[in-house]
Amino acid sequence: MLSVTDLQKTYDTGDEALKGVSMDVTGNEMVAVIGPSGAGKSTFIRCINRLTEPTGGSVELDGVEVTGLSKKELRNARRDMGMIFQEFNLIERLTVMENVLSGRLGYVSTWKAFRRVFAGDDIERAYEVLDRVGLGGHENDRADELSGGQRQRVGIARAILQRPKILLVDEPTSSLDPETSREVMDLLTEIAAEDDIPVLINIHEVDLAEEYADRIVGLRDGQKVFEGTPADLDESARGQIYRGEEIPDLTTGAQQSAVVEETAGSTPTDEGETRRG
Amino acid sequence: MATKQEERREWSRPTAFYNHYVKWAVYAVIAVFLLWSAWNMRISYARVVEGWNSGAGLVTSMFPPELTPFKTDLLIEGMVESIAMSVVATIIGAVISIPVAFMAAENIAPRPVYWVGRGLITVSRAFHELIIAIIVVKAVGIGALAGVIALTYKTLGFFAKLLAEEIEDIDEGQMEAVEATGANGIQTMLFGVVPQVMPRIVGLSIYRWDINIRHSTIVGIVGAGGIGSTLINSFDKYDYDFFMTIVLAIVAVVIVGELVSTYVRGRIQ
Amino acid sequence: MTDYETWERRTPRQRIVRYVLTLLLVVAAVASWRALNVRYNYLGSAPTEFMDLVNRMYPPAVGYSTEIVSPLIETVHIAVLGTALAVMLSVPVALLGATNTTPNKLGFAVGKFIISFTRSVNVIIWALVFVIIFGSGTLAGVLAVAVRSIGFCSKLIAEAIEEIDPGQVEAIKATGANSVETAIYAIAPQIKPAFIGVSTYRWDINVRASTIIGFVGAGGIGVELNTAINFFQWQRVLTILLAILGIVIFSEFVSAYLRRKVR
Repeated sequence: MLSVTDLQKTYDTGDEALKGVSMDVTGNEMVAVIGPSGAGKSTFIRCINRLTEPTGGSVELDGVEVTGLSKKELRNARRDMGMIFQEFNLIERLTVMENVLSGRLGYVSTWKAFRRVFAGDDIERAYEVLDRVGLGGHENDRADELSGGQRQRVGIARAILQRPKILLVDEPTSSLDPETSREVMDLLTEIAAEDDIPVLINIHEVDLAEEYADRIVGLRDGQKVFEGTPADLDESARGQIYRGEEIPDLTTGAQQSAVVEETAGSTPTDEGETRRG
Repeated sequence: MATKQEERREWSRPTAFYNHYVKWAVYAVIAVFLLWSAWNMRISYARVVEGWNSGAGLVTSMFPPELTPFKTDLLIEGMVESIAMSVVATIIGAVISIPVAFMAAENIAPRPVYWVGRGLITVSRAFHELIIAIIVVKAVGIGALAGVIALTYKTLGFFAKLLAEEIEDIDEGQMEAVEATGANGIQTMLFGVVPQVMPRIVGLSIYRWDINIRHSTIVGIVGAGGIGSTLINSFDKYDYDFFMTIVLAIVAVVIVGELVSTYVRGRIQ
Repeated sequence: MTDYETWERRTPRQRIVRYVLTLLLVVAAVASWRALNVRYNYLGSAPTEFMDLVNRMYPPAVGYSTEIVSPLIETVHIAVLGTALAVMLSVPVALLGATNTTPNKLGFAVGKFIISFTRSVNVIIWALVFVIIFGSGTLAGVLAVAVRSIGFCSKLIAEAIEEIDPGQVEAIKATGANSVETAIYAIAPQIKPAFIGVSTYRWDINVRASTIIGFVGAGGIGVELNTAINFFQWQRVLTILLAILGIVIFSEFVSAYLRRKVR
């Protein structure tokens, strides 16, 4: 399970992007992080695998404290966290297969990577994963020949080839049209269930979050201002997240109850974790 | 879609060549060619060591730069001649390139004239300035005149090609408008075509002047005047201290020329 | 109204600036011409001298053409090796000189210095320098071509490095790849087209450069050309010139083909 405690990030410019955010992600739940632009959603998700270096707090994945790791240890930790990006971030000039196989780079030696040699098992799995995301037969296409939706599927395939313990998903649908967005969200839900891994997704569209997420976290100005089920996300909660309306007693109550709920909910998934491991 | 197969599938990267054998053959050919080239150089360890030592000697002899009053005069004289050559060649070259450009414009020139124009341009562009300079030196004798002619011809090739292309996709309407006033052929071109391309000519002249400064510093090596003559003299006399001083002076002039050219072109646009 | 006034006021000023600039140009031209001390009788006889030269050149010495095959091959060798060496050396220089990969300010300054210094010295001057160091021969030629090309190649490669998409680099890092693997997977494919384009383009330029470094003894066809000219063997000169024209056009064709092949 992923456990984030009091995560902080202050940029060199003095911008406080995260002012101490805590949350747990367990089992195979899909947790959506929502909030207005500039709330720190991207910073939050990027601080978890330290693409952005956090300035305070801790990130723990299956008992490994990520924030204190050396460079080499961090690379090993990153293998367990599959990341999916808003702009897909595929290697545009390489083939779909190479992009998918690049998910195994954390496991192959540098010399093999240089010669672009991957294990037969990896190649076989890459074919299977491509079939699974609906891109069977496209392995020799160059990434820049694909449509946006197809590219995002390659990005997902690359992440799941890592056999991650969690998927970190940064605005996966912002560059896609509504229909393709749903397809991508369906695919992510399916993977979470089939591979039994949690998905932490940071998403702009509230309706998609409500439809797909098991739990929603609202960020505003680098602080967690909401946490609960999609059903809990009522009008006042939305106001809290998007307009910063102060509704004092209700907010504190909601936050507290959410924390309690979360702690309670984590126990069964811990079992799930052990079962899987 | 998902056809589960029992045996493991293979994958290899598709190649830009026809197949992997062709790819490896191409790589092998390149490797063999490089080895052949290297072998032809006949580099030996002794030669490299010797070279390293004399190179180090050359660098230490550079400092301080050798500047006796006599040599300073030589340096300044040569440099002034080079810069003068570059200015004259740029102006004459730009002016002469205008008629040549018309000759080489497909939409204006009659066939035989077109081929002459294109021929002049192709020869000018294909040969290095030093080859042109060495031939001009044989024709008109050693000195700055040869340098000016060589640089002018290189300038002509550069300008005439660009201008000819510009003329080829020109606005015919403007030309016709001038023609309609009863102007003759030359007047039509001067008033209907030249104004359209004038701004580019000015910008390109300054750019070409920058290039001509670079070239004017070296054509002297084959006797076509300028600082290059001073340079090759010091080289022939084994006066390597002064040689390095001249090289540094050339670098300074070239960099200043580039800065001036960039600044002026920035101001114009 | 105000627009009209400013427009009225500016036009004469612009006109004055224009006149001053034109005057300056004329003064520069006249001063330059006087500085050259051109002998006018030489200038007058130039056209006849040229025609005379052309007459003596024609027809080209066909039998001689077999003798220049090996110097021509040497010329291409110099261009190829010089370019290969330059491209190899320009990778680290480009990494220093690109704002997003340079390790520190000192490294950046060193990179920029190498780029601008090597570009500012003509290949023939580099050839002279290396002839002093290594003696005359092909080695001096290769090094001259290589060093002259470093600045050009590094500058263009550095620009390509500055334009890479950092997202692709991040994505590869996020899979747990180390920095070498990241360079191979995320940076190399992005700069590959620029890299190949720059090398072939520079090779094309270097073929031309390799034809002249022989004037100062640095190998290639230039040695033959220099000898033929010094002995007034004009028909041989024309043969060599045609051969040079041939390889220049050939290299231009090859370079254009290769650049089209790599997308």
